[in-house]
Order: sequence, then C-alpha cells, then structure tokens
Amino acid sequence: MALLEVDAVHSYYGNIHALKGVSLTVDAGEVVTLIGANGAGKSSTLRTISGLLRPREGRVRFAGADLADRKPHQIVADGIVHVPEGRGIFARLTVDENLSIGAFTRTDVDGVAADREAVFATFPRLRERRQQAGGTLSGGEQQMLAIGRGLMARPKVLLLDEPSMGLAPILVEEIFAIIERLNRERGTTILLVEQNARAALDVAHRGYVLETGGIALSGAAGDLLHDPRVRAAYLGV
Amino acid sequence: MTVTAALAVLAVLVYGPFRILQAGKYSSENWLDFIVFGLAQGSLYALIALGYTLVYGILRMINFAHGEVFMCGAFTGYFAAAALDGSGFMDRHPLVGLLAVTVVAASTSIGVAVLLERIAYRPLRRAPRLVPLITAIGASLFLQYTVSGLYGSGLETYPDVDVLKGDWQILGIGILKTQAVVIAAAVLIMLSLYAFVQHTRTGRAMRAVSEDKDTAALMGIDVDGIIVRTFVLGGALAGVAGVLHALIYKQVVFNMGFQPGLKAFTAAVLGGIGNVPGAMLGGLFLGVVESIGPGLFLEGLGIPAAYQLKDAIAFTLLVLVLIFRPTGILGERVSEKRA
Repeated sequence: MALLEVDAVHSYYGNIHALKGVSLTVDAGEVVTLIGANGAGKSSTLRTISGLLRPREGRVRFAGADLADRKPHQIVADGIVHVPEGRGIFARLTVDENLSIGAFTRTDVDGVAADREAVFATFPRLRERRQQAGGTLSGGEQQMLAIGRGLMARPKVLLLDEPSMGLAPILVEEIFAIIERLNRERGTTILLVEQNARAALDVAHRGYVLETGGIALSGAAGDLLHDPRVRAAYLGV
Repeated sequence: MTVTAALAVLAVLVYGPFRILQAGKYSSENWLDFIVFGLAQGSLYALIALGYTLVYGILRMINFAHGEVFMCGAFTGYFAAAALDGSGFMDRHPLVGLLAVTVVAASTSIGVAVLLERIAYRPLRRAPRLVPLITAIGASLFLQYTVSGLYGSGLETYPDVDVLKGDWQILGIGILKTQAVVIAAAVLIMLSLYAFVQHTRTGRAMRAVSEDKDTAALMGIDVDGIIVRTFVLGGALAGVAGVLHALIYKQVVFNMGFQPGLKAFTAAVLGGIGNVPGAMLGGLFLGVVESIGPGLFLEGLGIPAAYQLKDAIAFTLLVLVLIFRPTGILGERVSEKRA
C-alpha cells in the first residue's frame, strides 16, 4: 500500500478547474517528483494534499486513511508537511521562532531541541542567524529555513514546492544535494514539485508529468529523463 | 496647502502654551494632576485599543463592536458590584469583591467577543472587507439596544468602594487612589500581554497567523482556534477596562462603549494599528494629550470652555497622524507581500 495516495482528484479555485482527475502514489522512503509547466496544477496538487484546497471529487489517502475531513493543521499532525512555494517564511519572527513554529504540533521538548540542532548541523548559516528576523535573510537562506522548518515537524512525507525557485545555480545544487541526503540518511519520503525538471529527475526515484490539470506521463525517473517527449518539452533538448 | 496647515498647527502648538504658561493660570501641581488623569484615561484607551489592534493584526478587520464588548463587561460588572454591595460583602472584603466584579466583567466581555466572532465575523471570513465592517457596526448597534431594551437607557451608578476613596502620597504627589489603581492595573496587564505575545507558544502562533494564515495552517496551527483566542484576549482586556472605567466614572449606561471605543480605535491607529506596544503607547499618549491639551494649547488662545474641545483635539491628532505618518507612531510599512 502506498503511503500517500491521490486518487482521481478534481480541485477548483472558484470556477477554475485546476485539477482534472489527478492520480499519483508515493511509497514510504521514495522521492517522487511532479514536473510540468507553469499553471499545470503542480502547486494545486500539493495544496490539495495538505488540505488548503478541498477536492470536489476524488480522494487523498494517507497510510490508508481518507483525509477528506481533516483540516490542514490536523494533516500536519498526521505527518504530511508542506513547504509552500515562495517559502512562506514569517518575516517578523526570528529564525529560531520560525523553527519553533515548525515544531508547533509537537510536545516532546527534548526531541524538538535535538531536531533544532540537526537543522543547524545541516544548515550552519541558520545557526549564525538564529536571532535575526526571517525577513532579513537572503533568498537561499530563506529556502534553507523553509526546509529546516518543515523538518522540525518530523514529517513522514515532505511536500516541497519549487525549492529551487529564484536561487543562484550554486545554491540550487546545494538544495538538491540536501534533498537527496534527507532521503538517503533519514529515509524521509519526499514529493518534490519542480520546474527544474532535470535536477528533480536526477534526485527522484519516480516522476509524474502534469499537463493542464492531469497526469500526462509517469514512470521511473531515469526513464523519464530519456523519454523524447519529456526531453523536448521540459529538458530543452 | 500642507505648509499652511503645518504653520497653523505650529502657531497653536507654540503660541497657546506660551500665553498660558506666561499667565500662570495653572500651577505645576495642576499640570501634574492633568497628566495623572490623562494617564488613567489613557490606560483605559490602551486596554481597549489592544482589542482593536489584536483583532486587526490577525484578521485585517476593524471590530467596531469592540466598544460594546467593553460596555457589556462594565454592565455585568455593575450588577455584580451592586449585588456584592447590597449583601455587605464589598465592605467586608473589598479586594476580593473587586476581583470578583472584574472576573464577572471579563467573562462577560470574553463571551460577547467570542460570540461576535463566531456568529458575525467567521461566516464572512472570505467576504470583501467592507462586509464584515458593516456587520461590525450592525453588531455594535444590536448590542447597545439589546442592553438598553433589557435594562433601560438610564444611568446606573456603581457602588462606592471605601478603600479606594481619597488619595495616596506617591513621591510627594497626591494621587487619587482610583487613578493610581487604574494606571497600575493597566500597566501590569499590558506588560503581561506583551510578554504573552512575545514568549508563549500561543503568542508565537498569533504572530504567525497575523503574517500568513495559510502558511500558519501548514505549520500545524489551528488558525480558527488562534482567532478565537485573540478575541478572548481582546474581550478580557475590554472587560477589565470596563471595571476600571467604572472605578473612575462610577456610571454605566447602554451607549457608554461608543465614545471610548472610538477613542481607543483612534489610539490604536495613532500607535500603529496591528502593533501591540503601539496600542499601549497610543492610548496613553491620547489620554495625556486630551487631558493637558485644552489647557495647554487652547486656553492661551482665548478659547472659552476649552475643555469641551478635548474630543476635537483627539480627532485632530488622528487626522494629523494620518496625514504625516499614516502608519502610526510605531507602525511599520505593511509588508508588500500580503496576498
């Protein structure tokens, strides 16, 4: 059984039909990527999983349980943590406070403290800036904070929305290296939405290609990398 | 245009005080009295203003029924005080009695504030901003006339609390006990509130929700729950303000929330709406300016019965702040990203 299962989901923004029957699965321990053009419905898929968007039809299941009646904050407590597009850093809260908010659902003080140390070990620059307001960080630092804050919830599944957006190429490489390491060393299951299809397929086990609200292609990441349609449309070769 | 206005303002600010100080109409003790009274009045404004600013910070909405939340607290506080006074309990245990009155008032205000949020505002959470604003004004009138219908539109008088009669000598200055208690209680409450918002889990969540509700929900924060807690806090402060108001003015009436509500809103804007220390500062500042303003700025210009114009001073101040510093004294520019 898949850990996370999106089953023929239809979601709307008002009257705009954003997702037209999207289905995908993520198994425990996998990195799965969702690639596609702007407006294909990548972010909408993540927002539907995390409960910010309510599907009008279809089901999202996590570890076999239907999430239809779960509110976003309960879904976080269940173990699905969504790092939103644009990072969503609380600009007036300090780095430390942002991390504390990430662990909002947890009550194990010692575990939270240990995870904070782990985040600082992964992102040493955040330790230097821990008393600084989140809004004063650079784009790359904010992305690290966003990922670190997501990890503070001890996610069973981490949903990452465009973690490389707006970053310098060297930082993009660093972010993808970190994603790979999180999965390899901690076994974190990751659903990764990216425009940078090549880098995403490089770190992922499997991938889905989303086109105008539906899944157009899916398969092992290596196969997608060599698929002529993917190469033409998303890899620019 | 603005230059002329600024010169006119400057003339009032300089010429009035010059004349009145030269004439020596008020002694320094008089001025001190004005200031202390202003601080007491300003403490009430500040406590109410915090309710406006907390709710605005989270919902970007002005809860215009907040003055009535204050009124409802003062009213039920009156019933409790009258009952305790009638049974003689107030005379035997004045402090316990006052505390009980405060608890009753605060609980009522909390209840009213939470019901307002649940019934009047939550269903309109995603409506255009004008809609909840109009609803708030409707709720304000509803509460006023409900109280008027139930208990009449006459003034009711709080019983005297004997321990709070007379004055204390503080640093060689005689200060009315009621005013001293009001100022001390308000300052204590405001410091606690600030510590709460800055250093507790709920306070942190409130600040996060105020910045970005969707992301806050993605952190596992129950946004609706935080909004309710915000109304609870604002309501509690308004209820306490209701009792403190009664200590100074002794009277309650169904429309007593309107004027302080408007002044507290002014104070919140003065300080920078959405900003907690700003509301405190704005309230105290407005109280003091209102208290010393007529004597200091207007009497020297030969304006008769200048004290009648204290409201004009308050709202002139509001207009000036909106012109020259629209974000308020401590307000920051509202960040661009407020989707």
